[in-house]
Amino acid sequence: MSILFKGRSQGAHSSKIGMFQRINMFFVSHVRQALGSLGELWRAPLASMMTIGVLGLSITLPSTFYILVKNAESIAENWQQASEITLFLRKDTQSKDASQLVTRLGLWSEIDSVTYIPAAEGLIEFQQQSGLGEALSYLDENPLPDVILVRPTSQNTAPTAAKLLLDKLNRERHVEVGKLDIKWLERLHGFLSIAKELIYAVALLLFLAVVLIIGNTIRLNILSRRDEILVMKLVGATDAFIHRPFMYTGMWYGLLGGLMAWFAVLLLLWWMGGSIDALTAQYAKNFDLTGLDVTSLIVMLGLSIFLGLAGSMISVHKHVRSIEPK
Amino acid sequence: MIKFEQVSKTYPGGQQALRKVSFHIEPGEMAFLTGHSGAGKSTLLKLISIMERPTVGQVFINGHNLNKIHRRQIAFIRRDIGMIFQSHQLLMEKTVFDNVALPLVIEGYSRKETTKRVHAALEMVGLRDKIRSLPIMLSGGEAQRVGIARAVVNKPPLLLADEPTGNLDPKLSMEIIRLFEDFNQAGVSVFIATHDLGLIARMKYRSLTLKQGQMITDGLSEDWDSSESKAYDF
Repeated sequence: MSILFKGRSQGAHSSKIGMFQRINMFFVSHVRQALGSLGELWRAPLASMMTIGVLGLSITLPSTFYILVKNAESIAENWQQASEITLFLRKDTQSKDASQLVTRLGLWSEIDSVTYIPAAEGLIEFQQQSGLGEALSYLDENPLPDVILVRPTSQNTAPTAAKLLLDKLNRERHVEVGKLDIKWLERLHGFLSIAKELIYAVALLLFLAVVLIIGNTIRLNILSRRDEILVMKLVGATDAFIHRPFMYTGMWYGLLGGLMAWFAVLLLLWWMGGSIDALTAQYAKNFDLTGLDVTSLIVMLGLSIFLGLAGSMISVHKHVRSIEPK
Repeated sequence: MIKFEQVSKTYPGGQQALRKVSFHIEPGEMAFLTGHSGAGKSTLLKLISIMERPTVGQVFINGHNLNKIHRRQIAFIRRDIGMIFQSHQLLMEKTVFDNVALPLVIEGYSRKETTKRVHAALEMVGLRDKIRSLPIMLSGGEAQRVGIARAVVNKPPLLLADEPTGNLDPKLSMEIIRLFEDFNQAGVSVFIATHDLGLIARMKYRSLTLKQGQMITDGLSEDWDSSESKAYDF
């Protein structure tokens, strides 16, 4: 309604049309402005492509690293589940005591399964694998102790839990020493968490750069359409109405940049695919590179649209306001 | 319709554009604002369309004090005022239709209603055949009339014109003034700033004269012969 003239109706009110039509017109006007902004990008393809390229590549880099680290983590999880504790029994342990120990350990709630390798079996295996076959037969007695392989349940495979279990096992009377090779696991976890934090930091910086680049692009856009904004303000356009095309431009930059990043990540991973397969085949039997599903596509697009909108919003609020008819 | 009460305007830097200006233009009235360049005509119009705010004093439109209008409401105030400029302020890369339709698009009219009103407005200014042209293809007089069509397309109760005949020859100027008379007869209040004294002298309209920011005459242009010499006596 008009502020100055009570009787005078404004806009869609005056055409005697209903609520539905008015809401409809709101969306029609949005769609019109959104398509208009897309058209603007299309009319200056080179400049648009460059901005989209910057946005796309800035998102590609952290995304690729993120996917690689996420996959490394999932491999590491597989390793953890395979972690075993090796118990070397005292030399004087009778085989009766050993088998009792095996039965007892099998009942522990922390333990998934127990494998008993008597000293004699161990020696045969060692003979076969080491290639020292003949030399070993000259020994007076079997130098190997009885060995029990303990596989913890999945809840007890994490480094700290496994260590607690190891301490508990070490207190068993017949156990000479227990070995759990978790040092390297701890190192791997440490490395992965540093890599992750580094990626977050790099991503944050790159995203900030994207917001600034979009903001600056929109600023130039606004300045080049200064006259048009002046005229629109003169004939009664609200700030929101003037903002909208620029916000849509930012949104399009975000959407297209996100799509580009998605394809770039696909391409990179495909390119690296051969060497990744060769590496992972050594550690995990059936390993598939994850992270290229629909969810991550939506996350990437959502993120880049958000960055585009953020950049244009900052620019629009700062610069459209400063253009006032004089 | 428009009422000024002891309005003064000093620009940053100390230039005093208006000094204690008071007048009242009735609803449905057509009036001229005259004076030399730099006398404060443009400033006075800018105070009405809230492009500037008065330093001292109050401006009323239809009884509403413009000092109480918030920045966010200015856009809605401007929708009630049809504004016409000497430099016509058309969008050069848009067609005549798009230019005239702009106020309607901003207010959210439907496509059908917009087309209808734009056609009617261009009909009134006699440019129906130029609807698909770009402003660059138009003559000065035609561009000015497109500007007028845009100003009246949403039927505002008040028309403001700042030197609307500034670049036109006397014959075209007269045609433009006749257009304003038509709108005035339809009930629109019209307020025109011009330094074209010859144009006003032939008509019997109220005219307000500014000199160095002060209102020095306010009366019918008939009585001008006596006051004109005073007004432009330096």
